[in-house]
Amino acid sequence: MALNLMEGNEAIGWGAMAAGCNFFAGYPITPATGIYNTMLKLLPPRGGVCLQGEDEIASIGFCLGASMAGMKTMTATSGPGISLYSEQISFAIGSEIPVVIIDVQRLGPSTGSATKGADGDIQFLRWGSSSGLPVIVLAPVDVKDCYLLTGQAFNLAEQYRCPVFIAANKEISMTRETLDLEALDMPSIINRQMADSTASFLPFGTGGKQQVPGFLPIGGDRPVRQTSSTHGADGYITTDPEQIAAMQARLDAKLKTAVSEFTCFEELNVQNADTLVIAYGVTARAAKAAVRRLEKSDHPASLLILKTLWPVPEALIREKAASCQHIVMVEMNLGQYVRELRRLLPDKKIDFLGQMNGELIKPGQIMEVIAHG
Amino acid sequence: MDSLLNESRPAVFCPGCSHEKVMHGVDQALTGMGIAAEGVVIVSDIGCSGLFDVFFNTHAFHGLHGRALTYATGIKMARPHLKVIVTMGDGGLGIGGAHVLSTCRRNIDLTLLVLNNFNYGMTGGQCSATTPREAVVGSGFLNRIEKPMDICQVAGAAGAGYLDRVSAYDKGLVAALKAAMAFDGFSLVDIWGICPGRYTRRNKLTPKTIESDLAQLPSLDDFMARNARVEYSRAYRQEAARQPVVSDPIRIKASCTSPMAGRSEIVLLGSAGQRILTAGELLCLSGAAAGCHATQKNDYPITVMRGHSVTEVILSDTEIEYTGIENPSSVIVLAAEGVNRRKKMLSELSSDTHVIKAAGIELPACQAVISEVDFRARKIKAPDWALAALAILAWQNKILTVEMLKAALKLRFNSAVYEKALRVVEKAAPQ
Repeated sequence: MALNLMEGNEAIGWGAMAAGCNFFAGYPITPATGIYNTMLKLLPPRGGVCLQGEDEIASIGFCLGASMAGMKTMTATSGPGISLYSEQISFAIGSEIPVVIIDVQRLGPSTGSATKGADGDIQFLRWGSSSGLPVIVLAPVDVKDCYLLTGQAFNLAEQYRCPVFIAANKEISMTRETLDLEALDMPSIINRQMADSTASFLPFGTGGKQQVPGFLPIGGDRPVRQTSSTHGADGYITTDPEQIAAMQARLDAKLKTAVSEFTCFEELNVQNADTLVIAYGVTARAAKAAVRRLEKSDHPASLLILKTLWPVPEALIREKAASCQHIVMVEMNLGQYVRELRRLLPDKKIDFLGQMNGELIKPGQIMEVIAHG
Repeated sequence: MDSLLNESRPAVFCPGCSHEKVMHGVDQALTGMGIAAEGVVIVSDIGCSGLFDVFFNTHAFHGLHGRALTYATGIKMARPHLKVIVTMGDGGLGIGGAHVLSTCRRNIDLTLLVLNNFNYGMTGGQCSATTPREAVVGSGFLNRIEKPMDICQVAGAAGAGYLDRVSAYDKGLVAALKAAMAFDGFSLVDIWGICPGRYTRRNKLTPKTIESDLAQLPSLDDFMARNARVEYSRAYRQEAARQPVVSDPIRIKASCTSPMAGRSEIVLLGSAGQRILTAGELLCLSGAAAGCHATQKNDYPITVMRGHSVTEVILSDTEIEYTGIENPSSVIVLAAEGVNRRKKMLSELSSDTHVIKAAGIELPACQAVISEVDFRARKIKAPDWALAALAILAWQNKILTVEMLKAALKLRFNSAVYEKALRVVEKAAPQ
């Protein structure tokens, strides 16, 4: 056995490289700067591009341009930067531009605390665009996940032509940890579906079961167009309500109907447990400790760790919660993802444990809620 | 060569709009230079200049207001052979000002055409960054109390390699565009024109007044001479090729045996300059050298060389779940700054915890077993105290062994530093 030792931010960088990332642009911000530092070391000598934008808006803009020119792009920031990305995120959603966006969450609101962790952006990532259209958000639990889920994020961004977020947290990204990289099973690389450049081409053309348009790059042999305006299949602005509705419906369905294909989770099933703890991110680690400590107690609980947060893996949550009457949702905020559980599981007793003070939620706090509600 | 204009999407500008002249000028310049449709991308901004991408049958990219240069930069870095033309109005200049300045500083090979008609035509003729103070526009009195800017002088000061001003009505327009597009670096052409739908309804502006106004502006030659340098994407590739390839992450083989079973939590409390974080990393490496899992969390202020420095390490022969400190096995206390940062933790320590404390440091009352070490008496300098404290633990086979620590030092340091570190380890040996 051999181990590697690295921070979550470094693991995100190495995961991106393993997934074929060849373009990164970012703006320095604690606690995400480690990703930029890593990409700056890794990409240029290997023929890739790593840029520092004049601000976050430029950084993601570089990525969107490069992505449409055929590169596999990533950017990384924290809450304040996600705020600035917002309009570009809307563009990437509506115009189907693959890009991996790392949000190393820190305690907000606003500039908040640069070196304190939180999971305060979880609903913001989902709803922070001007459309309401869905996005994919994956949440790593540890350094190993930082590596693997970043690889997964690239595959999903390419496959579904959309922005894919990694909802990291200072407490994972800036924590150094051992992992055995060689033992990890990185998913095979998926690249975006190319269109036939010799046939007639519609930049947003789909049909039949195909929900994601084929891709031809800007700068390729055949002129192609990209636009942030409301467009039809031909990539030109349209005012036709039928075309508009069809595009909106397709963008909504292409992720929501596919979520079972990329529902990542972990579980810890404990016999005779009537309580199911649901957690994600770094808090899942404390939840795991809590559940293990209570295994032989009078209050056994099972654990579901969600790693795909958006679109909500509704079927998974309903299935795993079916045998339990008591649900405990734990997250590092004042109650964000628990809203989804209350929506999905109206008949269950749902207890919530949250905290926004810059500190990790402790296993003991979770044990208390499991036992006494 | 055939026109690059999109036959299926003829231009729709307001009657008399000078943008149409620029559109034809761009087409003539590109075709005159023999650039094929697939060799050029038009990146357009928002506003009336944002219609350009539609009217050309080339690669086209239309994005958000003020951000056209950001996409263009990404495209150029990805596809260096492409001719990249950015169309932007005077509105885009204002909202995207940071991008304009930064693009000038980079000198990346793009051509920015500023379709400058002194107002926001599409939204009702509000004032922009170039609206004259005396103009009557849709922003009431606001433009009268702001100074318009000469974008060419701004861009020149920011490092643009090529600058030109031209009237949309000038016979030399096509030649001016060609020269800008041929420039190997960032080129900016400030193209003055007329917005008949909004601006000239209430303001006098004619091709003749534009010509005479342009003639009075200061020359840009000095800027261009001063700013001449290598194009950015080429300079980038040259520099990138010189960068060393970083080797894969180090794999740490389990070569030692840990003296501990289960989970051990270690906290080091010190101040900046005491190499606390490095000691934490060494602990992790020691653990990994014994096949243990390790986590390290650090706490330090935004300043360097001042303030507290705290590291929290967990070593475990099983998976580490919670990464916080619950019941530390060892606490190493080397500076008052660190004590102040963890007063609550220190006061709650149980008798299970072993504290190694540098002589002279005050601790809050607690149950822990405390041993005091006089590092100075052992002739160990402050920056080595953290390592020496680890060595003290190692010599006692607590948390780690000397073999584990030496394995960590070997992984972390080059041979010269390694030898020095070994001497510190020896100085910390039981006396």
